[in-house]
Amino acid sequence: MSALVRLDKVAVQRDGQQILDNVSLAVARGEIVTIIGPNGAGKTTLLRVVLGLQTAQRGSVTRAPGLRVGYMPQKLVVDRSLPLSVARFLRLTSDDPAAVRAALTRVGVPTLGERPLAQISGGELQRVMLARAILRKPQLLVLDEPAQGVDISGQAALYALINALRDELGCAVLMVSHDLHLVMAQTDSVLCLNQHVCCHGHPEQVSTDPAYLNLFGPREAEALAVYHHHHDHHHDIHGDVVEAEQ
Amino acid sequence: MIPDFLLYALLAGALVAIAAAPIGSLVVWQRLAYFGDTLAHGALLGCALGVLLAVDIALAVLLFSALLALLLVWLRHHSQLANDTLLGILSHGSLALGLVVISAVPALNLDLSALLFGDVLAVGADDLLVIAGVCALVLALVWWQWTGLIAVTVDAELAQVDGLPVGRLQMLQMLLIALLVAAAMKVVGALLITALLIIPPATARAFARSPEQMVWCAAGVGVVSVALGLAMSVAWDYPAGPAMVLAATLLFLGSNGVRGWVVGRTSDA
Repeated sequence: MSALVRLDKVAVQRDGQQILDNVSLAVARGEIVTIIGPNGAGKTTLLRVVLGLQTAQRGSVTRAPGLRVGYMPQKLVVDRSLPLSVARFLRLTSDDPAAVRAALTRVGVPTLGERPLAQISGGELQRVMLARAILRKPQLLVLDEPAQGVDISGQAALYALINALRDELGCAVLMVSHDLHLVMAQTDSVLCLNQHVCCHGHPEQVSTDPAYLNLFGPREAEALAVYHHHHDHHHDIHGDVVEAEQ
Repeated sequence: MIPDFLLYALLAGALVAIAAAPIGSLVVWQRLAYFGDTLAHGALLGCALGVLLAVDIALAVLLFSALLALLLVWLRHHSQLANDTLLGILSHGSLALGLVVISAVPALNLDLSALLFGDVLAVGADDLLVIAGVCALVLALVWWQWTGLIAVTVDAELAQVDGLPVGRLQMLQMLLIALLVAAAMKVVGALLITALLIIPPATARAFARSPEQMVWCAAGVGVVSVALGLAMSVAWDYPAGPAMVLAATLLFLGSNGVRGWVVGRTSDA
């Protein structure tokens, strides 16, 4: 299956400092890929390369022709001097008011339309950004720490919504997330990044990788390991499914 | 009966005020006031160069503004200094050079005071035609690309991911500011153009609930400022350009005062 986006041996430097080195990544149709890694690992830069907002000094970036991307940045700061309601903001994406109302209803904030965009909470903003993604009908949804600024009880609901939307839209998801315990059950592929790719593969495979344990320690690894029990199969070293023995 | 020169002045001022409303709103939303100032100050040098090279003055101002904008983009990539510092250097450097050139080359025969503070009462039928043409072009371009300009204002990167031609839209925006500077030189002069750009939208902000409402309201405030300024100029012989900006400033202060009073009253109730 052809990938929506493929990065091959990408390197990015900024002010003489290496941000990304020899990073390869492919996102296939409908796949969920999660990027994890410590602060300063280059996670956001990697997303920006995928989105075409950052050029790579070395390596190649290939996107499927006509690829439609929905992007949810870490934050959206709207200047208070701009009087912009949530509904008007969404009408920049779709000029059909009925579609805008339907999208807001779908993400659980049907009454938010007339509120100024600059005054809604972080959790509400993330839902508005998801409504925007619905209106764009993306093939690839790129999320940068979607649950940042959302309280604990809201996080699980937000990830559940993202997951449901992925099924409805049939899109692939590429996200940076620290909430391993919440996202790993759905994730097809994990990329552990620390300027270079430390390890890459299915969650349970990554969780036992020495490079991963080195980076996060065994406690975080447990968050991944939890999902061993839900699977009736395991993966061989290439990530292929191997049926569990009865 | 209103004399011709006053009618021309009123029409020129009103046209510039209307065209300045959407451009000034974009300037306020994107915090480009200092950038507008830089283009306006550079326009003085543009005028001098235009006369020196025997090019149409409006065209010279436009070309020179575009050159300044490109220079700024280049400096931004090749300097460690902050944006406002670079703008300050370009703005005052080109203003100083313009003043020196105009004084040092008497053959230019330029009225410095008119360039700095405008000379709207001297606007003739030809000038009015040029101003009307430039303002119509500005409004047409804004109308054509409005949604894109708003999207870039909200978040340039989001707009780029959506596939909008962000670089071209930002260039269009610089061109629009330069066009407006060229049109407004005659009305308020190089030093006060930014005031005409930002004060009416700033006044409109308190009353607007959408970007479009803010633009319409700013256009109204701008036209009223122009008319009040001209009235003061006729009644008390104030210089017309500064009087218009003074009127705009008083409207801003007054509207904030009224709004503060209304908000205070309703929260008391």
